[in-house]
Amino acid sequence: MLDEHTVANLPRTAICRFFTMSAKLNALVSDSYVDVSQYRDQHFKGNRYDQEKLLKQSHTLYVGNLSFYSTEDQVHDIFSKSGDVKRIVIGLDKVKKTACGFCFVEYYTRTGAENAMRFINGTRLDDRIIRTDWDAGFKEGRQYGRGKSGGQVRDEYRQDYDPARGGYGKLAQQHRPTEANNSF
Amino acid sequence: MSRRRHSDSDNEGHPDKTNFKKKLSSQSTSSLESNLEGLAGVLEADLPNYKNKILRILCSVARILPEKLSVYTTLVGLLNARNYNFGGEFVEAMIRQLKETLKNNLYNEAVYLVRFLSDLVNCHVIAAPSMVAMFENFVSVTQEEDVPQVRSDWFVYVVLSCLPWVGKELYEKKDVEMDRLLSQIEGYLKGRAKTHVPMLQVWTAEKPHPQEEYLDCLWAQIQKLKKDRWQERHILRPYIAFDSVLCEALQHNLPPFTPPGHMPDAQYPMPRVIFRMFDYTDAPEGPVMPGSHSVERYVIEENLHCIIHTHWKERKTCAAQLLSYPGKNKIPLNYHIVEVIFGELFQLPTPPHIDVMYTTLLIELCKLQPGSLPQVLAQATEMLYMRLETMNTSCIDRLINWFSHHLSNFQFRWSWDDWSDCLTVDLEKPKPKFVKEVLEKSMRLSYHQRMVDIVPATFAALIPAEPLFKYKYEDESASSLPGYQASIIVGNAIKNRASNEEILTLLKDVPNPNQEDDDDEGESFNPLKIDVFLQTLLHLAAKSFSHSFSALGKFHEILKALTERDEGKLHILKVVYEAWKNHPQMIAVLVDKMIRTQIVDCAAVANWLFSQDMAHEFTRLFVWEILHSTIRKMNKHVQKIQQELEEAKDKLEKQQHKRVTSSNSEDEEGQLEEQIDRLQEKVESAQSEQKNLFLVIFQRFIMLLTEHLVRCETGSVDISTPWYKNCIERLQQVFLMHHVTIQQYMGTLENLLFTAELDHHILAVYQQFCALQL
Repeated sequence: MLDEHTVANLPRTAICRFFTMSAKLNALVSDSYVDVSQYRDQHFKGNRYDQEKLLKQSHTLYVGNLSFYSTEDQVHDIFSKSGDVKRIVIGLDKVKKTACGFCFVEYYTRTGAENAMRFINGTRLDDRIIRTDWDAGFKEGRQYGRGKSGGQVRDEYRQDYDPARGGYGKLAQQHRPTEANNSF
Repeated sequence: MSRRRHSDSDNEGHPDKTNFKKKLSSQSTSSLESNLEGLAGVLEADLPNYKNKILRILCSVARILPEKLSVYTTLVGLLNARNYNFGGEFVEAMIRQLKETLKNNLYNEAVYLVRFLSDLVNCHVIAAPSMVAMFENFVSVTQEEDVPQVRSDWFVYVVLSCLPWVGKELYEKKDVEMDRLLSQIEGYLKGRAKTHVPMLQVWTAEKPHPQEEYLDCLWAQIQKLKKDRWQERHILRPYIAFDSVLCEALQHNLPPFTPPGHMPDAQYPMPRVIFRMFDYTDAPEGPVMPGSHSVERYVIEENLHCIIHTHWKERKTCAAQLLSYPGKNKIPLNYHIVEVIFGELFQLPTPPHIDVMYTTLLIELCKLQPGSLPQVLAQATEMLYMRLETMNTSCIDRLINWFSHHLSNFQFRWSWDDWSDCLTVDLEKPKPKFVKEVLEKSMRLSYHQRMVDIVPATFAALIPAEPLFKYKYEDESASSLPGYQASIIVGNAIKNRASNEEILTLLKDVPNPNQEDDDDEGESFNPLKIDVFLQTLLHLAAKSFSHSFSALGKFHEILKALTERDEGKLHILKVVYEAWKNHPQMIAVLVDKMIRTQIVDCAAVANWLFSQDMAHEFTRLFVWEILHSTIRKMNKHVQKIQQELEEAKDKLEKQQHKRVTSSNSEDEEGQLEEQIDRLQEKVESAQSEQKNLFLVIFQRFIMLLTEHLVRCETGSVDISTPWYKNCIERLQQVFLMHHVTIQQYMGTLENLLFTAELDHHILAVYQQFCALQL
């Protein structure tokens, strides 16, 4: 807790150092919504440095926590509010080839993607808070869920009931008797 | 998603100055004072070694944290009291910075700098007479001849905008000079042209709140302040507590400052209109809203605008800063915040920041004040709905987009029944039209059945159609249509993955309704061919946007062949519309793709939107979204090639420098020169296309409007129908949204289109536009 007592008793060298850092004057007005997150794609072909470089220049966003029923039209409408959308790739269940709750949105400009990170990330689509994150760029094959059952990994292990994402998580479903199992 | 959190210390355990400054800004008065004292002590001790860094930081703070003005002027005051030389160097640095910002057309920042300097008078850093002298130099710009009004406007604005902070002090020291200054300003304001004002007003009605021109409003506020003997009680003034220390300080004189002369490429700020939607009658309980001509109102609005300007990229911080506005207990803060935000959203020509920012900011504010802000927002929405009849069409567009997006974050909960008055009037009137467009936009963010569910049954006529494809050749009932057989053949060919050549061959057999049987002119325009192919293709690809884009890509060759001529381009747009008329969003994305893949060009799209076939859709929002998107694409295209040309020119220059040192690059230079020539041609051709696009658009507007005006005149009917209001404001909108680009073509527009023979209603729009930068 920095109060005047602490300030008055700071060693000289400490003050010198924080002025060096404050020289980055943009620190006075930050833009943290645009920062790269901690997530790194484990399947990325290349090293961490390459991935980070791509993320910092990327025009593509990963969008998560979508309802399985959210359509490309809806995604296009909401993400067009921050810039012209070049392409949308809806994430698919690897087995069923149906939407499984994520997508990629690629913009023509970096600014479009940045404004989406600032103003669309963390707001609702189909009544759900959607999350956006920088993506290194869409490549064929990345549109498929990586969970064992074909959907996203997060839907394998979750314990809650989410009607917009296939109900219970896949693991939880195995332990629950379903209607189908009970009726003959 | 993790966001970097501001902590009190960085990784090395050193105090984070950023956060400290923010703490400085949000303390209660007494701890703010002790923090200022402490910080001044620390900085003074470090001046011998870090003077330049400290100067730089403080100068930046003055430029980019305007809402914390008095906190930092006090700090500078304390430093000056302890170290006179530092004070002098700071003032010099500020003047240098001011010159730079003016040179670089950064007029908003320049205002903050001058205001900072003027508050330094209050902190005994700058001598009052030298500040008055600077103001006199600014106001003398009004004597310049042959300069744009917006130039002298700015210099007058700067002086007036400082007076709430420093008026009292300056009057105490130099009242004769100040009186003279103010009367000079008054004379100038009386003589100003106000042609531009109607174009910038959000409402055309004077009641309940006049939409005042910004300088007129500020002048009225300063007049009132003067009448109150410059007593101003709203601004936070930490320096008052340090008066005993500060008044011992030696003051500096500002060096004589000559305003930089007018340059032809100067971009002065556009004039504005002050947006007011609330007054003291609107806040039911609690503190009273300061009057529209009170200086408090100016200071509050100015500070709230500054907070948004500083923090717009960080919505949580922005919302928190807005809600922790100092002195908030004495004002109905929520009302001020909502008014300022809507003021920015509805600002003409364009909002200061991207529209969606305001939506998200308001959501954030509702989250932080769930017990009070949503109610104010609902009250505001209700008021805006009530006044739709006189609201500018561009502003209604933004209201539609905001409201639908906002609702989609709150399960579309709204008291629609309160708006059932809109059901009793003609559907083209502003209120039902607004509700219709809101439901259409809301549907895009959800789905058709949701719209049916959220509104009362009485609203059925306003619910948009289900966004389904209308296949002309659907089934047997279409068998009498001339293209029916061909559609089956082509459909099968596509499904069997026939090649483009094969399909083109099949299409040759489609009869041409425009041609006689024995007419052997060869390749003349065959609308049925386009109809059959595109209807069938789009039908097969109707599942999603991606499917349709894929189809356009796969059969690009065929589509290009079919649309080689202008008639073909026009017809393909017609077919797309007929097939997807219930899904305007799909029409928009298909048109966008077709422009980008050069199946149609921008002029074709403009001609199509203005064509007789689209007349019945002319007042729908999607039509204008397509038009403006088309113009933007054209503008970006020109900019892109211009940039390529600049880059090639730069490269050539670098090569020529290298040639001095090495002799191998003559070939490269030759290639570059050729490339530059080609790019130059490309730029010229693109600019020609751009100019042509605007000519087409304006020409069409003029034709439509003239027709309407003549018809009304001969029939002795009032011209002000809903259609007319929409059309004339759409014309205004084209000027406003693309003013930077259009300004290049003013000469042509004036010579060819906006001549004196034009009906004065139409000419007035053009003249108002010209007045914006005059």
